[in-house]
Amino acid sequence: MKALELNDVSVFYGAVRGVEGVSLYVDEGEIVALLGANGAGKSTVLKAVSGLIHPRHGTISFFGEPFAKLSAHRRVIGGLVHVPEGRRIFTTLTIGENLELGAYGTQRSRTERAQRLGEVLALFPLLEQHFERLAGTLSGGEQQVLAIARAMMSNPRVLMIDEPSLGLDPQKVDIVYDMLEEVAALGTTVLLVEQNVALALEIASRAYVLQQGSVVLSGRSASLAQDSRLSDAYLGKATHDHG
Amino acid sequence: MSLFLNEIGNGIFLGAFFGLVALGYSMVYGILRLINFAHGDFYMVAAFVSYTILGAVIVGNSHAQWWTVAWVGLVVMIITGGLAMLANQLIYRPMRRAAILSLMIAAIGLSQVLENGVLVAPQWGATYLVYPVTTPPSGFNLGSNHYTWGQLIIVLISGLLALGVYFLVGRTLLGKAMRAVSEDRIAAVLMGINVDLVIAIVFFIGGALAGAAAVMTGVYYGQINYLMGFTVGLEAFTAAVLGGIGNIGGAVVGGLILGIVQSIGTGIFGAEWAIVVAFGALVLMLWFRPTGLLGERVARRM
Ligand SMILES: Nc1ncnc2c1ncn2[C@@H]1O[C@H](COP(=O)(O)OP(=O)(O)OP(=O)(O)O)[C@@H](O)[C@H]1O
Ligand SMILES: [Mg+2]
Repeated sequence: MKALELNDVSVFYGAVRGVEGVSLYVDEGEIVALLGANGAGKSTVLKAVSGLIHPRHGTISFFGEPFAKLSAHRRVIGGLVHVPEGRRIFTTLTIGENLELGAYGTQRSRTERAQRLGEVLALFPLLEQHFERLAGTLSGGEQQVLAIARAMMSNPRVLMIDEPSLGLDPQKVDIVYDMLEEVAALGTTVLLVEQNVALALEIASRAYVLQQGSVVLSGRSASLAQDSRLSDAYLGKATHDHG
Repeated sequence: MSLFLNEIGNGIFLGAFFGLVALGYSMVYGILRLINFAHGDFYMVAAFVSYTILGAVIVGNSHAQWWTVAWVGLVVMIITGGLAMLANQLIYRPMRRAAILSLMIAAIGLSQVLENGVLVAPQWGATYLVYPVTTPPSGFNLGSNHYTWGQLIIVLISGLLALGVYFLVGRTLLGKAMRAVSEDRIAAVLMGINVDLVIAIVFFIGGALAGAAAVMTGVYYGQINYLMGFTVGLEAFTAAVLGGIGNIGGAVVGGLILGIVQSIGTGIFGAEWAIVVAFGALVLMLWFRPTGLLGERVARRM
């Protein structure tokens, strides 16, 4: 079953093109990477899927149901979680409150939230230690960990995550990537945006490469890793063939 | 010295009103960064609505049962909350993408509409209306001052309402959602929070508190006027800024401080100096602490 499917999606910011004619899908339980240079349109794709911006053209469906005009918070309640660029944790709330809000859309009962909290804190013991601290007092990397942990609180069906390795030390990157693999193994579908191509291809089964707002290359990670066109896309060289 | 204590007693009483109205300013500011200049007029409209309802239910009996006032008060809180929510829905929400300055102009416009609406309404109008219920004079002495039981109850109710809001915002999941929306609306949406609903609830609570304050004002002072929202609005706004606008505790503390300062000031200079004293206090405070009293303790900022 396709957890997520984009069909010919175009997004514009006023007159500026974000992405144009993007089609892609993610199967249930799969990890798919979305790659591309700065400004290629990766974050735009995630924002369109989570409903923060509305495509001018094309359709997005979630487990076969078209999203169309479903508002962004309802998509979260439906099981889609988006960890955006730049962490966006609530700095004036405590770490515990941030985590609790992560479960706001899906874990409505107090006991559900408490149980989920236990599971997430087991993955990130660092956070338990600072539970009552204001999130704004965490270091940048710790805030990134909190952003990811907060997303995990909702126990999503589909997790979209924008550059999770950004600003993390190698050990935290390992933890985060192990966790992504683990949640995928438990059935969560993952759409991963990542600048660290090698890392992304290691855990993703497939990947799409965006260049200037369009998909220029896609395929299984193993074959893409060997493909010279991948680095061409990053260097801005014209790439024609869809892999 | 005992004169001074009397002024403090009066000030706390006055501050209870300021605090309740200030909470509405502060909460809306916290969540939208909007100074809702129409807020004082929600309070004024509530006074008139309660005047009419009380007039209808207690024909010719000015010593109404306390529970009649209580349930009318509750109904008026709901109506005023609904009015504030409606104003948000019809005016502020469609303007959400506009500059905040445009929203403030709209708020001033709404304030004018409400004042003039009450002015031209058939049963209401420009004159001072005598409120149908008053508090009996019996009470207790403290220092050389006499306080009525009504005054005590008003302070207690205000305190309870403020505590309720403090608990709601500080402890409940909804309150956490309010603070989340206040800090980062997009991140809040991504948590599955219905931001528009949360904003509507904030307006409702602010309006309801103003409604409660209005009924208590009517009962205590015994008269209402279509301009009463303007003065109280200014004073409550001053209280909110004094305490650190956007901050729940700040609104209450600001209200109390303003009440006490105003009491002492008018005790010395005379009642006609009330507004001057209020703004004098505000200017002094902002001089020393531009963020207001609790403005930097962001933990409870919404
Ligand atoms: N809010 C916005 N307003 C106008 N243009 C935007 C906006 N956000 C993105 N864009 C434009 O859309 C295009 C795609 O941007 P997007 O943020 O999706 O890139 P990205 O692949 O995520 O890049 P990065 O790796 O730097 O995060 C860029 O040309 C960018 O300038
Ligand atoms: Mg990006």
